[in-house]
Amino acid sequence: MKRTSLYDKHISLNAKMVPFAGYSMPMSYTRIIDEHNAVRNMIGVFDVSHMGEFKISGKGAESFLQLLTINDVKKISTGQAQYSALCLTNGGIVDDIVLYHFEEYYMMVVNAANIKDDYNWLLKNSNEDVFIENISENLNLISVQGPKSAVILNDVLDCNLNQLKYYNFIQLIFNGDSLIVSRTGYTGELGFEIYGNSESIVSLWDNIFDYKKLKVMPVGLGARDTLRLEMNYALYGMDISRSINPIEAGLGWITSFNKGDFIGRDALLLEKNENHKRRISFEMLERAVPRNNYDIIVNGNIVGKVTSGTQSPTLDKGIGIGYIHVNHSSPGTEISIDIRSRDKLAVIVNPPFYKYGTVNNSI
Amino acid sequence: MNVPENLLYTDEHEWVKIDNAIATIGITDYAQGELGDIVFIEFPNLNSKFKKGESMGTIEAVKTVSDIYMPISGKIVELNDALNDRPETVNNNPFNNGWMLRVQITDMDEVSELMNSKQYITFIS
Repeated sequence: MKRTSLYDKHISLNAKMVPFAGYSMPMSYTRIIDEHNAVRNMIGVFDVSHMGEFKISGKGAESFLQLLTINDVKKISTGQAQYSALCLTNGGIVDDIVLYHFEEYYMMVVNAANIKDDYNWLLKNSNEDVFIENISENLNLISVQGPKSAVILNDVLDCNLNQLKYYNFIQLIFNGDSLIVSRTGYTGELGFEIYGNSESIVSLWDNIFDYKKLKVMPVGLGARDTLRLEMNYALYGMDISRSINPIEAGLGWITSFNKGDFIGRDALLLEKNENHKRRISFEMLERAVPRNNYDIIVNGNIVGKVTSGTQSPTLDKGIGIGYIHVNHSSPGTEISIDIRSRDKLAVIVNPPFYKYGTVNNSI
Repeated sequence: MNVPENLLYTDEHEWVKIDNAIATIGITDYAQGELGDIVFIEFPNLNSKFKKGESMGTIEAVKTVSDIYMPISGKIVELNDALNDRPETVNNNPFNNGWMLRVQITDMDEVSELMNSKQYITFIS
């Protein structure tokens, strides 16, 4: 089992550690609900060093990424990041990614469980004008999320993040090392993801927890899941996979058909006009918690499956993501979820479940 | 790990306290730790009868769901309704205020099949 540079910190904080994508990662330090609320109301800090990063350079880098990713790489300039995906020729999602545009190169951030598959997929489709380097082992990542996250980072990093816009990033020097500070996250709150070498990230972690003016909580994978679910953010391996395409998954907004050819384009164009399954978001009308693989029922028939679900700590009710035939997928439609052999009523809603996140707020 | 000496235990991580023919039932400190944040408990109906080992309720936690198994055959005679409003009591205080229900025991011979605290400590270690 691999360990991140912050492993000793998690152990000294009495974290409940679980295996995740080959790493021993913190599930929670105290209570998932308390950690969740810390991010919604104040500041929470996540170790997400298990995430993968590739450096993509060379004179063919941009055209290569236009071909491999579904979003339009030309929409981002230096200092900007973009949510996107890699697809198979048949449209199935290889991974969802964040692409960073640096002056001389791009950085692709990928899901930990997919590092090897993604790397092989990129290599297979590359050419002599592109250099792809897996820098996952050298790069550590912490995510500082919550309405007060800019306050603490401005102090600790001695910088001013107040003008940094959503999905923009800067590079700065901290203790003599270079850090990437990106206004991104997976929680729906104002927040920043900070990439650096292990020494600087461990030092930053210590500085954040030594900060006395605001209360900061460490947050594990448990609350990471409840926070992203309340925002209806997809999780690879649960809500999206190689057998789901971006159109079905509600990711048409990152699928740029106008940019020219890309891998999966033909299949996705067809899918746009077909009536297949669609991703839905639903809330339970009865006290019950939907979970992965539960059946979705309409008029006594199984019409789909739940892919993710939880008890929303903020809404205090069951919420879920699933797939259902497009005919049944409009918001307002009542459905049932087969929860341990009992049908429990739910209703399809417009996402996100939690509508008061600070993610886009000015600082 | 807290394992009170005066209680009996099952391999499904329930604890049982016997007072005459009434068994008070809850889940152990180990069980609540494994489940994490408990969000609600689905109780059986009062006066319903279950055999030892039958599933009679569920515990929904944020991350997972677990059955509650009958540690001993009998009839449900009391539910801890306070857990409806404060299910986290099971996390905070599993052996006292976090008790779940009381059962009228139908076969006292089954009591001897439960583990004592020493046996349970061995079981979870």
